Amino acid sequence: LPAHFEIIYITHEPKHFLSMTDRELQLKAIHLRRKTLEAIFGAGAGHTGGGLSCLDILNVLYNRILNVSPENFSSPTRDRYVQSKGHSVEALYAVLADRGFFPESELKTICHYKSYFVGHPTRHIPGIEMNTGALGHGLPICIGMALAGKMDSAPYRVFTLLGDGELAEGSNWEAALAASHYKLDNLIAIIDHNTLQITGHTRDVMSNKPLDEKWRAFGWAVKVVNGHDYAQLTDVLSKPVEIGKPTCIIANTIKGRGVSFMENVAKWHHGVPSDAELKQALAELFAAEAKLKEVA
Amino acid sequence: MSAPVPSMFTPAAKAMAEKLALKMGRANLDEFAATLEELAKVDPNIVAVTSDSRGSGKLAPFGKALPKQIVEVGIAEQNLVGITAGLAACGKKSFGVSPACFLTARSLEQIKNDVCYSDVPAVLVGISAGLSYGALGTTHHSLHDLAALRAIHNISIIVPADNFETREAIRFAATAKKPVFVRFGKAAMFNLHKSETKFETGKAIQLRDGNDVAFIATGETVVHALLAAGKLAEQGLNCRVISMHTVKPLDAEIILRAGRECRAVVTVEEHMVHGGLGEACAAVLMNAGAHPLFKIVGIPDEDTVTGAQPDIFRHYGISMEGLSELALKMIK
Repeated sequence: LPAHFEIIYITHEPKHFLSMTDRELQLKAIHLRRKTLEAIFGAGAGHTGGGLSCLDILNVLYNRILNVSPENFSSPTRDRYVQSKGHSVEALYAVLADRGFFPESELKTICHYKSYFVGHPTRHIPGIEMNTGALGHGLPICIGMALAGKMDSAPYRVFTLLGDGELAEGSNWEAALAASHYKLDNLIAIIDHNTLQITGHTRDVMSNKPLDEKWRAFGWAVKVVNGHDYAQLTDVLSKPVEIGKPTCIIANTIKGRGVSFMENVAKWHHGVPSDAELKQALAELFAAEAKLKEVA
Repeated sequence: MSAPVPSMFTPAAKAMAEKLALKMGRANLDEFAATLEELAKVDPNIVAVTSDSRGSGKLAPFGKALPKQIVEVGIAEQNLVGITAGLAACGKKSFGVSPACFLTARSLEQIKNDVCYSDVPAVLVGISAGLSYGALGTTHHSLHDLAALRAIHNISIIVPADNFETREAIRFAATAKKPVFVRFGKAAMFNLHKSETKFETGKAIQLRDGNDVAFIATGETVVHALLAAGKLAEQGLNCRVISMHTVKPLDAEIILRAGRECRAVVTVEEHMVHGGLGEACAAVLMNAGAHPLFKIVGIPDEDTVTGAQPDIFRHYGISMEGLSELALKMIK
């Protein structure tokens, strides 16, 4: 630890502001998946597979973990979330609309002429912290944010979501060094480990194995979880895994999760559903919703 | 035998500087470091970010005096810009300080997206800019940075000519609400300005009036234009000298006035002739229908000649002698 940071290093206990049950979150996830698919269909473009794979993570973050709301978004002590895998923006827009940052009807304008809703996150949209979309940018930005928090002894935490294919960008590893060097235990990097990228399997395009050992070797506290399991996600996101270390959460996910014909199929990386495919996908999600309600 | 260290100024140029009562100051790099430290002592929100560049950025005293306000990222310029942007997004007045050659090439995407597109008030300081590293070669030259950043929306580009302009540029940057890029070299600079001169970003400073040839120069080439104007005066020509310290936004008004009032316009820059000050001035003139005799002096599109910074300057005519000769040829 650089000596000059010692006196200002404080690890704050995170405060959580919403308490939804797992079942409520699961129901919400189905609604958000529908909204994501409708948004991509309406835009005629988007990243379907990755949006559906990270949706449960976003759902937990925004409804259980992040101290972020439309009311406190200008507060310097709010938690920060930067979506490094900016291409999965439709899922983020759906979650932000659900949290009241803007009306859900705005989702219909994504990618349309003169819309503020660009196909990657921009700060024009309430709830978005930084403009992302080129890969390998989120983690360095978040280190700056986390350092600022440590310097100010501010209680906020900083979260970023990376794709596993994105990890081939070298800037991530520059940042991985710096985060542990500065012992940023207020920083949480979540990897949406869906194992697919546009060309095919990540292991074939550019293998990242052993992923957990890599992050550990870079000085991070690492947890591997099921990225669709609310209890597991909540547990690891609630507090630093280890004081004095940044946290890396490898969230094992399924690309296209929730729609049978999209799951684990690389072409849905940025495939846009046809009328019939959208209809089928929505029908599957309505059926899942009915089943979940029935079980309850 | 080691290579001789050449002087930037010939004996004749030194004599002209004396005649014009120019006093030698310190390197703009030193002026920058002292100004930043002075400002940071008053404003604890100011943070310097370095990429193993604390020494070359003359920020070691800053680091000693204000250890909580400096972040070292190691040799990782992409990370430097991303971290600088993240700090700025969380209320810090962050200055990312790194050699201009690396800062504006390796990290160009971070500058474009994390700083400019995200619109955070970060400051990027390109040290040892242009040809400062001289014989170290093209890897260490930044002759592309003005062109690259001019093509990116939402960043001011300041290239100070002397200590005064450097100090004022850093003061401006420290309060700017938008992204700023400042670049300068490491050689000692003549002080060019009178004490009552005012500095305003986007407003060039006219150092000398005249209607024969207008030299519009930026950064550390301005002094050579001023000396050339002095030499040309001895031959009966009245030349205008403009220090275009802000390359973006450009002071179009002063360029047009020069284009309309002078017989010829010569632009001078420590940058490749493509995409820098010269082409920016040409666009202003052409768009307004002004067509003076016009020449761009800079580094041509070729393998840059080997040599120390003064060697390279002289080789490409960035000197009192080179500029005065060119001006004479143009209006003969």
